[in-house]
Amino acid sequence: MNRFEYVRPASVQEAVTAASQPGSVYLAAGTNLLDLMKLGAARPERVIDITRLPGLGEIDWRPDGSVRIGAMVRNSDLAYDERFARTFPVVAEALLSGASAQLRNAATVGGNLMQQTRCAYFQDVASACNRRAPGSGCDAREGENRLHAVLGWSESCIATHPSDFCVPLVALDAVTEVAGPNGMRDVAIDALHALPGETPERETALQPGELITALKLPSDAAAFADHARYLKVRERTSFAFAVVSAAAALRIDGGKIQSARLALGGVAAKPWRARDAEAVLENAPPTQEAFAKAAELALSEARPSGKNAFKIELARRLIVRALSLSTEGTPEAMPALPASPFATVPSANHAR
Amino acid sequence: MPVEIFPSSPEHRRHGSNAGQPLTRRDGLLKVTGKATYAADNHREGMLYAVAAVSSIARGRVKSLDVQAAKSHPGVVEVITPANRPPLAHNPNQKMPPFGFRIEVLQDDTVRYANQPIAMVVAETLEAATEGAALLNPQYETDTARTRRENGERFKPEAVGVGGPSRVAHGDIEAGFASAARVTEAEFVTPAQYHNAMEPHAVVAEWDGDRLTLDMPNQALVLSCAGYATYFGIPPENVLIRSPFIGGGFGSKAILNGPQILAILAARMLKRPVKLALPRAQMYGPVGHRGATWQKLRVGTDAGGRLTALHHHTLSATSSFDDFLEPAANASLPLYASPAILAEHEGLRLDTGTPGPMRAPGEASGSAALEVAIDEAAEACGMDPLEFRLANYAETEPGTGRPFSSKALRECYAEGAKRFGWSGRPLAARQMRDENGCLVGWGMGTAVFHCPHFPAEARATLRADGTGLLETAGVDMGQGAWTALAQIGAEALGLDPEMVELRSGVSSLPDGGIAGGSGHTASAGLALHNAGRNAIDQLVDLATADPESPLFGAGNVGVVARAGRLHRRDDEGRSESYSDILARARRTELVGDAKAAREPAAAEAHAMFSHGAVFAEVKVDPDLGQVRATRLVGAFAAGRIINPRLVRSQYYGGMIWGASFALLEEAVTDHRTGRIMNSDLAEYHVPVNADLPSLDAILIPEDDPYVNPLGVKGVGEIGITGTVGAIANAVWHATGVRARRFPIRIEDLLSDW
Amino acid sequence: MSFSISLTINGEKRAIALDDPRVTLLDLLRERLHLTGAKKGCDRGQCGACTVLVDGRRINSCLTLAASLDGADITTVEGLANGDDLHPVQAAFIAHDGLQCGYCTPGQIMSAVGLIAEGHAGDDPERVRELMSGNICRCGAYKGITEAVLDAQKTLKDGKRRDAA
Ligand SMILES: Cc1cc2nc3c(=O)[nH]c(=O)nc-3n(C[C@H](O)[C@H](O)[C@H](O)COP(=O)(O)OP(=O)(O)OC[C@H]3O[C@@H](n4cnc5c(N)ncnc54)[C@H](O)[C@@H]3O)c2cc1C
Ligand code: SF4
Ligand code: FES
Ligand code: FES
Repeated sequence: MNRFEYVRPASVQEAVTAASQPGSVYLAAGTNLLDLMKLGAARPERVIDITRLPGLGEIDWRPDGSVRIGAMVRNSDLAYDERFARTFPVVAEALLSGASAQLRNAATVGGNLMQQTRCAYFQDVASACNRRAPGSGCDAREGENRLHAVLGWSESCIATHPSDFCVPLVALDAVTEVAGPNGMRDVAIDALHALPGETPERETALQPGELITALKLPSDAAAFADHARYLKVRERTSFAFAVVSAAAALRIDGGKIQSARLALGGVAAKPWRARDAEAVLENAPPTQEAFAKAAELALSEARPSGKNAFKIELARRLIVRALSLSTEGTPEAMPALPASPFATVPSANHAR
Repeated sequence: MPVEIFPSSPEHRRHGSNAGQPLTRRDGLLKVTGKATYAADNHREGMLYAVAAVSSIARGRVKSLDVQAAKSHPGVVEVITPANRPPLAHNPNQKMPPFGFRIEVLQDDTVRYANQPIAMVVAETLEAATEGAALLNPQYETDTARTRRENGERFKPEAVGVGGPSRVAHGDIEAGFASAARVTEAEFVTPAQYHNAMEPHAVVAEWDGDRLTLDMPNQALVLSCAGYATYFGIPPENVLIRSPFIGGGFGSKAILNGPQILAILAARMLKRPVKLALPRAQMYGPVGHRGATWQKLRVGTDAGGRLTALHHHTLSATSSFDDFLEPAANASLPLYASPAILAEHEGLRLDTGTPGPMRAPGEASGSAALEVAIDEAAEACGMDPLEFRLANYAETEPGTGRPFSSKALRECYAEGAKRFGWSGRPLAARQMRDENGCLVGWGMGTAVFHCPHFPAEARATLRADGTGLLETAGVDMGQGAWTALAQIGAEALGLDPEMVELRSGVSSLPDGGIAGGSGHTASAGLALHNAGRNAIDQLVDLATADPESPLFGAGNVGVVARAGRLHRRDDEGRSESYSDILARARRTELVGDAKAAREPAAAEAHAMFSHGAVFAEVKVDPDLGQVRATRLVGAFAAGRIINPRLVRSQYYGGMIWGASFALLEEAVTDHRTGRIMNSDLAEYHVPVNADLPSLDAILIPEDDPYVNPLGVKGVGEIGITGTVGAIANAVWHATGVRARRFPIRIEDLLSDW
Repeated sequence: MSFSISLTINGEKRAIALDDPRVTLLDLLRERLHLTGAKKGCDRGQCGACTVLVDGRRINSCLTLAASLDGADITTVEGLANGDDLHPVQAAFIAHDGLQCGYCTPGQIMSAVGLIAEGHAGDDPERVRELMSGNICRCGAYKGITEAVLDAQKTLKDGKRRDAA
């Protein structure tokens, strides 16, 4: 790790000012940033510690039923918040399927949204990587890319975004609140993460110095609480990143899907909202045929970026399964193995 | 537990009952309070930190290093490169018998595998040393990496494993196949796997003149002293290794390696103590691994499902400059009664670090393939896999006809099957589902592991206060030597375990041999046993010759040592305490020394193996291909069990390794560069707690009068054998898909795409 | 750059001068304060061997910058026992043989203490397994670990009930 200047600003304004200088980076819990710094994949000159900034640690419910979650709220605190888990069970399940209990205790909302790809070549400074070192090439393109992207990738970069949390968030139209040198603005999760195109180094829509201060979930997202599941295929039962994951949320009434939300994780450089699939589900009965059609549509643009064609078929099946499980209804209690195909749901205590 | 003493014929008697006591670990208290000191926990006044820089190419040479950049980083004290490396007294390109490998200690600028040390940075702090190593910015002259089967160089090995035969033929193999009603053929690939003990290799090295003190995890204390002495040109007695606790070894901490030697050299060069702890990523290269294999099996069966021929061919990967080969085919030798068996190996030279022994070397990979092939043969014969294995049960060692020193495998099959609920298993695949619609499969495998015995020495002292002291340079890497060796020694001394002190884990003690091959409890244990008996013999001599002792003249009738007293065998009421005997003889202590080795005649005359049967249940998501090993039951017969609690833990650990082999572990190499791209613990998957919801280990009683006078076989490695096959066979039973490569991956089980 | 932070470690308040901002909590404990109970298995949040409690919550000390913890309350495995009285989790690990080599053990134990305090597992072994999955044990002591966690949790609960009565 390179030596750096450690800065602990007292206010959001101070933080933004400090971070606007080139070479600066925000430090939240550090579970992603410190890792990358140890690897040498991040070598910041100035580390701006935002963990003590005032006003970023609350979960505020608005009268209209929407919620504003401070960027410093820890992943586990959010997932186990009773009202949050009841209102947005699919988000809680995704959170609890990510990383480990220790990491979730530390990891912040902002850090989770802003975490960088787990592409091995990105993490390895001896490899060519356009995302880390623009113009150097992409060693993953012809390399060990079994788990890389099948949607939205470019010749410049085939990385995926690793967050579980972001997948239901994009499905539910969550929005980030951002403070920057020019004031505050909102950035939808769908617009936060960028597809690589020719500029994979531009990972997010944030400008230098911009700080996520909060995450907001709109009130209508709560309407899906009864039919919402997150499902994550992994190579071990727990403590593994998604091979592919899916968040499905339905509003079902009178035997028909009134509205549907669907997003995939582990398939692209951003959490992947499947709007076409949502559209065919609307007003359809919740049947396997409808789900299969949605799955086809969701993956219609998919193509392997390497040894990962299986992920396309896997994603299709996962969509069908996630939609089926959502139709059955959100479980009363958080499954013992959140988001696992082997989830069993005994009645042990849980927020839900 | 009473010990019988027969002054006239002390040798080759079985002592005590077969079932030992399930004592909790004697080192448990230190371990749960954080007071157990592992190598990297040591700190010395004035200590420096060493961090190795490693190569990011697999073959070529280092053209340049930016030593200046590293040196000017605040805190960096020295950068050691081939240009300034002080000389060593041994040529590292030469092997050092018996287990010394060729290693890389900056002897030149060549690179022969990725992650090879190419420099060592020493600094005042760990942070500075780490950054110093990152600043070296190596430039290379790169040659094409040869890390694939297709571009490696094939060769005929002279030996495999540790001196094992490269080719063994029993009977006429082609005649066996010619007479077969069916021949089942199957090929398997097993990947490179890395030991990944939770404790990375570490050393704190301190020189005092030409005396060297090393705190390091070490599975072969006394042998390693000789090794370091040779490298540093000092007498072996000048080297002291302290290794009271090892955070897992699995074979990787028995062999000298480059980084540790360089750290010791740095300490000598800079005249200050040096600490080195390998970063996890550097555990993928210079400290050994399980080499990849490509295996081919042919199984001939007659109309009744009896084997007519068994052919096991293995291509084993090794490095370009040394030759440890995974002896996988030899796993087919001891298990099934086939009139003809051919086990043969080829070698493949790759630009990797040299493989080495890793928990059940050969047996693990070989058993994985064999047990699947046997299952396929059973299927071809329309037989239940257990019925098939019983039909081919080897009553004597296949090929040689030697009797087994003991073999309670039949009981393992029966008890394991009963506990698991094997009967009623549908023969065909894809027949069972759980309440959630998951595919369920049941599979089994036979476990087997040989019983090596290493020469060892020990000392046992009876003290005036009636307590005992046991001393041997034994090694606890989790198997429980601190407890089991104390139990064995205490029993020999006729003392309760609480009454004995065990000194171990330091090289200056009597040579406890190697902790490897699952042979340490038997080897060091026998030495302690003999030492204890030697001390008791002396005590008996004192007592029986003393007219004032109630035991006077007991001589030939014999005396029993129990709970700190000697009793007359013919009249147990006549007894005397150890301390009284010693006090009257004005002795402050009695010291028994012993050496122990296996009786060569018994070894020649018998085939010696531990056996077991593993039954596995897996669940597989029918659409998504994700697998979970939901239930494992293993029944093992391994001679006398000293401590059932510890032994069960060894079996669980072995079975978890089996699950890991079957479903998780694989080093993923980018063959363009020859580098491992998942050299960590996030992407190189080993099991987590949630992977193994149900484990059961059954201890099958077994008396073995030949294996050694203790009747103890090994338990540390056998659990992994059998389990890999059991899980793979269960996956087949669930899905209908036969494992052809390990680990079994999600994409292997996604049908029809 | 040199600066000073204040930490309460195992109940003892300490002022710590840091000459280097890079120091992680794990390296601070191990290399500078010589509290070596917490272990380094990966240094990347991937194994759990370095688990300690920060303000009562279990976290990976290897991925935490010491400087950012100024004012925090740290509990390591060394601070768990009350003199010679083992914490129920420690005692249960011995009783259930939830350890072999012992290297992952301090992390497992601190993680278990955190898990019990969090209170999300109930008495469901499957939840315990899931919530202990951030602690890798290469020796494979998982069965004993799960049993120990459930057992210790019960002991602690019964103790509380007794105290209340
Ligand atoms: C072993 C391991 C396993 C993991 N497994 C999973 C998994 O299965 N699923 C999953 O989803 N995640 C997983 N993670 C990732 C984990 O979720 C992230 O590391 C964590 O969420 C990051 O949060 P943090 O607070 O530690 O962020 P930090 O590491 O502090 O920051 C991460 C990045 O975000 C930036 N940042 C932080 N906060 C803000 C803000 N408010 N505004 C702007 N930028 C900000 C930082 O500058 C930095 O670039 C895993 C991590 C590890 C180490
Ligand atoms: S896929 Fe993207 S992140 Fe990975 S090496 Fe290529 S450019 Fe870098
Ligand atoms: S050392 Fe911190 S998680 Fe492994
Ligand atoms: S006891 Fe050895 S790693 Fe857990």
